[in-house]
Amino acid sequence: MTQDSSPAAETRTSDPSTRPASDPAPPPHVKPGMSKRKKAKISRGIQYAILLIALALVVIAADWGRLAETFLNVDVALDMFPEVITVALKNTLLFTLLGFVLGLALAIVLALMRLSSVGPYRWISAIYIEFFRGLPALVVFLVMGFGLPVAFPGMGLSKLVVIMIALGLVSSAYMAETIRAGIQAVPKGQVEAARSLGMSSSRAMITIVLPQAFRIILPPLTNELILLTKDSSLAYILGSAVGGRELAALARAEIVNSASLTPFIVIALCYLVITIPLSYLSRVLERKFGDVGTKS
Amino acid sequence: MSTPTGDTPHPPVACETDPAAEAPATGAHAAGTHAAGSPTTQASPAEAPARHRVDRTGEPIVRITKLAKSFGDNEVLTDINGAVHRGEVVCIIGPSGSGKSTLLRCINLLEVPTSGEIIVDGQSMTDPDIDIDAARTRIGMVFQSFNLFSHLSVRENLTVPQRKVLKRSKAEADRVAEHNLERVGLSDKIDASPASLSGGQQQRAAIARALSMDPDVMLFDEPTSALDPELVGDVLNVMRSLADEGMTMIVVTHEMAFARDVADRVVFMADGIVVEEGPAAQVIGDPQQERTREFLHRVLHPTG
Repeated sequence: MTQDSSPAAETRTSDPSTRPASDPAPPPHVKPGMSKRKKAKISRGIQYAILLIALALVVIAADWGRLAETFLNVDVALDMFPEVITVALKNTLLFTLLGFVLGLALAIVLALMRLSSVGPYRWISAIYIEFFRGLPALVVFLVMGFGLPVAFPGMGLSKLVVIMIALGLVSSAYMAETIRAGIQAVPKGQVEAARSLGMSSSRAMITIVLPQAFRIILPPLTNELILLTKDSSLAYILGSAVGGRELAALARAEIVNSASLTPFIVIALCYLVITIPLSYLSRVLERKFGDVGTKS
Repeated sequence: MSTPTGDTPHPPVACETDPAAEAPATGAHAAGTHAAGSPTTQASPAEAPARHRVDRTGEPIVRITKLAKSFGDNEVLTDINGAVHRGEVVCIIGPSGSGKSTLLRCINLLEVPTSGEIIVDGQSMTDPDIDIDAARTRIGMVFQSFNLFSHLSVRENLTVPQRKVLKRSKAEADRVAEHNLERVGLSDKIDASPASLSGGQQQRAAIARALSMDPDVMLFDEPTSALDPELVGDVLNVMRSLADEGMTMIVVTHEMAFARDVADRVVFMADGIVVEEGPAAQVIGDPQQERTREFLHRVLHPTG
């Protein structure tokens, strides 16, 4: 537009202050193309076409008969009940819950250590978090599963305790960072107000900061619980008696028995039965508390 | 704000005074040769506000000696000295960045001074062995951004500190909370959540929270700066009635009309030093220093 040779444009560029308000700018010299509505229509059309082609390819290419036979064998599925609920689902929930409780407790300590004014606390916490966040959960399970009984032979650690410790160690590293971020997201003025009223710094942390931090991090914490639910499936590598099987271990056993992959579909649905309500809960909590941190 | 209410005996604010015209007469060095001596000591009866008489002979409740504060290489406060007596209302004015908020925050040690001493009610706040939490309970503070505890109701905002810090019983804390909410005109909001209140209501609740600790001194850090203009009056009225009740108040503010009408003394700060201080009517109505005049002119005539 600055290349415009009209006198009005020249006046404008040479001295902006003299531009009279009544002088309308000349229309830009752009050829009228497609309307916005027409462009949107074409774009939508292309997107639907791609979707339909992809679906068609899947339908044509897949061998539905064999798929159904392998994954949707009703007899095999029915055979899994009621153990899949009474033992496996129950154990998955139990492992997850124990791991989460231990992980959360550890994570709070780690987060406070990370924010401590004592250097060694900060370093220990940082090293711990980097270490356990960097390791695959599988490795932690193997090391804990076979290492802990060797390290503490006299204590007769049950499988449940080992699983709880492994899950707790892994999840605490992630949750510690979440909690630290939550604590730091609480407006500084909240602490100042608490301190100005005579609260000690630990009192302010417990009464004012942590409750607000947890409101802020409830959605990511719920997320962590969902991840932990799935991580609990790693317990199968420790091997368990029949009564100690969780969903993944049960599925593996059933696959061997039935020569069908249907058990995977069944436990997949069981996992979804746990995680979808949690996702929903996370969204509800986010709507309710998600904006707490931005208010003073 | 620039319109004086005119119920005070002294001449209206220097709105009509052209600082440029008066500069040669008194000059920037006028204070040094000021015949009447230090303006801080000349609170003559005629100049004192009618509401109450401040006894400035005894030991001051807040004494600041040679206070300095630096953030790294940045010196924010330099050699601040001053005293506030019981029942006195002191307003601190000055351009932003002049260190007035930092000075206020040094008094209850939210900022730790680099050097110097602050004594509140006979107790040295800067003494490293002081129980700072106990000392802070006697100094109420009101913040620019209210800082009500967002996860607690208004009632809990007022009662939780009393119970956790002063170890008051639930019944007593409730009674004190109700009394103080009544003082600020928010009795009907006792069970509301802070987020549901307007800015002015939040600030009044914050004042009530500070009052619930029965402080000897109240610090106000630009209490109306974050408010919509139509809500400023409510908060200032609460502060005015507090002053009338004899509360000792140190107020950092940009509300010149409030400073002139309510303050016993006004302190003008710029670049980390006290440039001028004295009776409110004098500092705002007849400033002696060029920088004070310039600042007041800009505040009272923002468009020039």
